[in-house]
Amino acid sequence: MSSNIGPAPKAQPAANGVLIDCRINELYYGAFKAVRDTHIPIKRGSITAFIGPSGCGKSSVLRCLNRMNDLVRGFKLRGHVHLRGQDIYAPKVDPVRVRRRIGMVFQQPNPFAMSIFNNVAFGLRLNRYKGNLEQKVEHALRGAALWDEVKDKLKSNGLSLSGGQQQRLCIARAIATEPDVLLMDEPCSALDPIATRRIEELMQELKKRFTIAIVTHNLQQAKRVADMTGFLYVDTSGGGRTGYLVEYGPTAAIFDDPKETHTQDYIRGEFS
Amino acid sequence: MKPRGPFATADQINLLELERSLRQPRTLLNAALTGLTTVLTLAALFPLFSVLYLLALRGGKQLGLGLLTQLPPAAMMTGGGFGNAIVGTLAIVGIAAMISVPFGILAAVYLAEFGPTTRTALVVRFAAKVLTGLPSILAGVFAFATVVMTTGGFSAPAGGIALALLMLPTIILTAEEAIKMVPAKMREAAIGMGATPTQVVWRVLLPTASPGILTGVMLAVARAAGETAPLLFTAVFSEFWMSRSFPEFLPKAFADLMKPTPSLAVLIYNFSSSPFDNQIELAWAAALVLVVLVLVANLAGQALSRRAVRL
Repeated sequence: MSSNIGPAPKAQPAANGVLIDCRINELYYGAFKAVRDTHIPIKRGSITAFIGPSGCGKSSVLRCLNRMNDLVRGFKLRGHVHLRGQDIYAPKVDPVRVRRRIGMVFQQPNPFAMSIFNNVAFGLRLNRYKGNLEQKVEHALRGAALWDEVKDKLKSNGLSLSGGQQQRLCIARAIATEPDVLLMDEPCSALDPIATRRIEELMQELKKRFTIAIVTHNLQQAKRVADMTGFLYVDTSGGGRTGYLVEYGPTAAIFDDPKETHTQDYIRGEFS
Repeated sequence: MKPRGPFATADQINLLELERSLRQPRTLLNAALTGLTTVLTLAALFPLFSVLYLLALRGGKQLGLGLLTQLPPAAMMTGGGFGNAIVGTLAIVGIAAMISVPFGILAAVYLAEFGPTTRTALVVRFAAKVLTGLPSILAGVFAFATVVMTTGGFSAPAGGIALALLMLPTIILTAEEAIKMVPAKMREAAIGMGATPTQVVWRVLLPTASPGILTGVMLAVARAAGETAPLLFTAVFSEFWMSRSFPEFLPKAFADLMKPTPSLAVLIYNFSSSPFDNQIELAWAAALVLVVLVLVANLAGQALSRRAVRL
């Protein structure tokens, strides 16, 4: 697997445990400047949360990390995203290989219209995995705390599960290929509180094996699960709506002792 | 004064006012429109069912194994069947499907996925829409000019190409719609898993869209199986079997395909205008068999696609 994105990391060997170094100077969709001046180093084995009001670009930042933004017409990035010291936006890098190393869980549960087993095996088959497929699928489903609920109906359609189960199926699908990083874009916003709690507990388990970056609207969620938190805010001064990173640090520091007034106001719930 | 109607406050509403009343215009209109839609639906279904009823009545009368195994009778003869025409129809429609299905689906993938707004896509989509209205006899003329004239004779492939021309636009347009209906979040999920564009198409888009694609293919097959005009210039008809002797079955069958090939549609066309009762009756039976064949193909296709989705 380690040969997937070229030679082994040599430049900047993971300084103080930073797995992804995301430095966005400017992010454009066409002429629209969506994000500026956002520097977020993501530590290995931690959960990093991005919070902020709607339209502050937190999803845009997250989607930079596995090049999902490439799908958006007119997307342009000034800056870099280093995965283990290698820039994933370097011209010779294949975005497909980046995405195989950096899994993603989306806002809406999006299992494929195929069996539960095939959903989980999807990524393994993409990578032409030759080993024991059944074992890998079971391992991933156990990892996503879904195995006991679905072990007797692996052949039934993934879409027949409940919303919370579907989202855990998507997590199982993402972790089956053992990626380095798991990106979660508001993974609980379509779920009820019980399902949300299960996913949050699951994240604590997953962080032992994966590095996680999560976008969330829910401040309490960030407080409960994240080790590091970045607060993004919208700058409307130039007439546009450009998101930028206001403050980044350990979650406790951001919530208990925020340095910036914007952060203080947001956390106290004084706007949006 | 006590306010009436919907503006009455809660304690003023009594049950009588909630009961359905025939004196209200809304209730009458509702009943009238419901009645109208029912009557119009039945009126639309009437011709359909009367055709099927007539077919079953006139064609079913003489249905028997002999029809499927014997050759068409000459004038004045009794009995006979149209076994060779069934084989010929299957061969011609099979050839047409082998041509139009892969081309049609690949074109649809391009239209829906790779270049939805390119100039090529706009031109292809427009051409496909125009081609859906192509008079079928022109497809026959085209295949006559391009295939019959160049290969030097009437043949099953000539008929197949004429029918493929008619099937292609239906397949392209329905398959494009079916692929577009695949939820964007599923595409996103596949791309997020690190699927290449080819893998997105093969592993997610086409399997998810397969029921819709199959519906389009079946519509096209059903239309093609019943087309007569394109075959009159291309496959024509034959009174004989394609070779059935086993050891040299395949090569001889292929050689026979290059000769005039019978089909149910042309048989119905020829025999229905015949002055002989026996041939007219056979035309009815052949029409029934053709409808049943299309129906069976449809049901098989549906069962297939349902199973494909469940897996």
